[in-house]
Amino acid sequence: MRRSEDPQRQNFHRGQESGLKQMTDQRKIGEVILDLQGISLSFGGVRALTDISFDVRQHEIRAIIGPNGAGKSSMLNVINGVYHPQQGSIVFHGETRKAMNPTRVAHQGIARTFQNIALFKGMTVLDNIMTGRNTKMRSGLFSNAIWWGKARNEEIAHRRKVEEVIDFLEIQHIRKTPVGRLPYGLQKRVELARALAAEPNMLLLDEPMAGMNVEEKQDMCRFVLDVNDQFGTTIVLIEHDMGVVMDISDRVVVLDYGKKIGDGTPDEVMRNPDVISAYLGTSH
Amino acid sequence: MQFFFEIAINGMLSGLMYSLVALGFVLIYKASGVFNFAQGSMVYFAALAVVGLMDKGLPMWAAIVGAFVVMLIVGLATERLVLRKLVNQPPITLFMATIGLSFFLEGLGPLLFGSEVRAIDLGIVDEPIEAIMNATGIGISKFDLFASGMVIVLVTLLSLFFQKTKVGRALRAVADDHQAALSLGIPLQHIWAIVWGLAGFVALVAGLLWGARNGVQYALTMTALKALPVLILGGFTSVPGAIVGGLIIGASEKLAEIYLPPIMQDMFGGNFGGIEGWFPYVFALLFLLVRPEGLFGEKHIDRV
Repeated sequence: MRRSEDPQRQNFHRGQESGLKQMTDQRKIGEVILDLQGISLSFGGVRALTDISFDVRQHEIRAIIGPNGAGKSSMLNVINGVYHPQQGSIVFHGETRKAMNPTRVAHQGIARTFQNIALFKGMTVLDNIMTGRNTKMRSGLFSNAIWWGKARNEEIAHRRKVEEVIDFLEIQHIRKTPVGRLPYGLQKRVELARALAAEPNMLLLDEPMAGMNVEEKQDMCRFVLDVNDQFGTTIVLIEHDMGVVMDISDRVVVLDYGKKIGDGTPDEVMRNPDVISAYLGTSH
Repeated sequence: MQFFFEIAINGMLSGLMYSLVALGFVLIYKASGVFNFAQGSMVYFAALAVVGLMDKGLPMWAAIVGAFVVMLIVGLATERLVLRKLVNQPPITLFMATIGLSFFLEGLGPLLFGSEVRAIDLGIVDEPIEAIMNATGIGISKFDLFASGMVIVLVTLLSLFFQKTKVGRALRAVADDHQAALSLGIPLQHIWAIVWGLAGFVALVAGLLWGARNGVQYALTMTALKALPVLILGGFTSVPGAIVGGLIIGASEKLAEIYLPPIMQDMFGGNFGGIEGWFPYVFALLFLLVRPEGLFGEKHIDRV
């Protein structure tokens, strides 16, 4: 596909108008909690990311944008610990590491959703969201087997928390439905619920609004802003709908062919000539 | 009619022993999406370990505990040395790996524990229970009843474990989507180790019961094949399904053995015997045409 035919381009200039942003302006954006320095990642001969540095501040909504194949999802997978970059370092909550480890990251309060919905299809909505409580549950295999009563009480406490998330995302009516039967938009919402059940302090959203209609997108935007606002959750988000990105994010990183070509507030980024050429397909 | 019930009931009880083998398949399939072809060999291996350790002079209980440890090691080693290397490979690759594992175990077992046919004596005789015999005229073997009791206890515990506990839920989560499970902080390796350990334990119980009934010999691996029709009937992902499947296969194969030959003789002439050898497979084949996901299996609907 030629760049100039890229459908993302049509949305590019819609950003500035709407007033969604004002809702969130009372938040206090804090210090840097995640700092990525000189990250390079390649698969065999394919360079997915080249020398990328950017940071994420507490309580902010940080967007990662870029054309298809720019390395956005790879970036998220590096933060999540699924991919281990060959070069660079990651400072998370003051601790410097070469790479993150998925299990540890989950325990340190990073939760995520996936570009292609990754729900547990055989389970009900409720069970799916309960799996999100995994890191908060203490009783292990043996206490499960021996101290039935104790594990049971714990289960009830977690169930209460899960119900709060369900109320928050307005999915009470589908609680007992197996997720495989739900329409796409609702599945995306359940995936967000599962991530929220972990009470994360950082939420990674990989195209949370992809494939949604306008109404569903508005709902999702509202939820993302509410999460950020009410729980103070830091959000890192990949999104193709430029209108949405410009509306809700505080700062934007722009990737193209695995390189960083822009970083700053939505307005700054939109005025950046490199960014404009990447999106509009003028000479590289 | 009494005769009919005697056949059906005894058939069901022996069917439950197929369920036990089927259970091992279901456990691993549920938690890792791998069809573990080596389950039958694990049953054989576990039984061999018990008799092998008894030959070395250990008492029965110590041999069973020892065999359990051996099965745990086999399970953990399989996870670490085979499956961990094959993460994210297509199911057919994992399936092939378990075929390899089954040949390996069938070779290693006799090497370590001797290959001659031996008996396991669990101290429960394979005789009809007199009280029931006198009251109803139906003979039910003490051994069969004991074995069925074991199976039911095991299945109840496993079902509760899968449905009601954190680890059980994590197991199901891992089965559905590795990446998502990882993102929730569920340690994959940990979970697989638990599953293979459990499958080893179930294989040990099956090995003890089948070994006590038929003697510990290579033919034990064939019992695994009888678990396949049970799985097709019950569904590959359902623990209760393995039980119901076992009951149906057990009863139907024994009834077919008794009642089919006269009918077939009328139709085709000649003598018919050994029907229970093939009947379950034909039955399962026909069942596949009607309900491919099994009685309790998950129905997969893919959007096109």
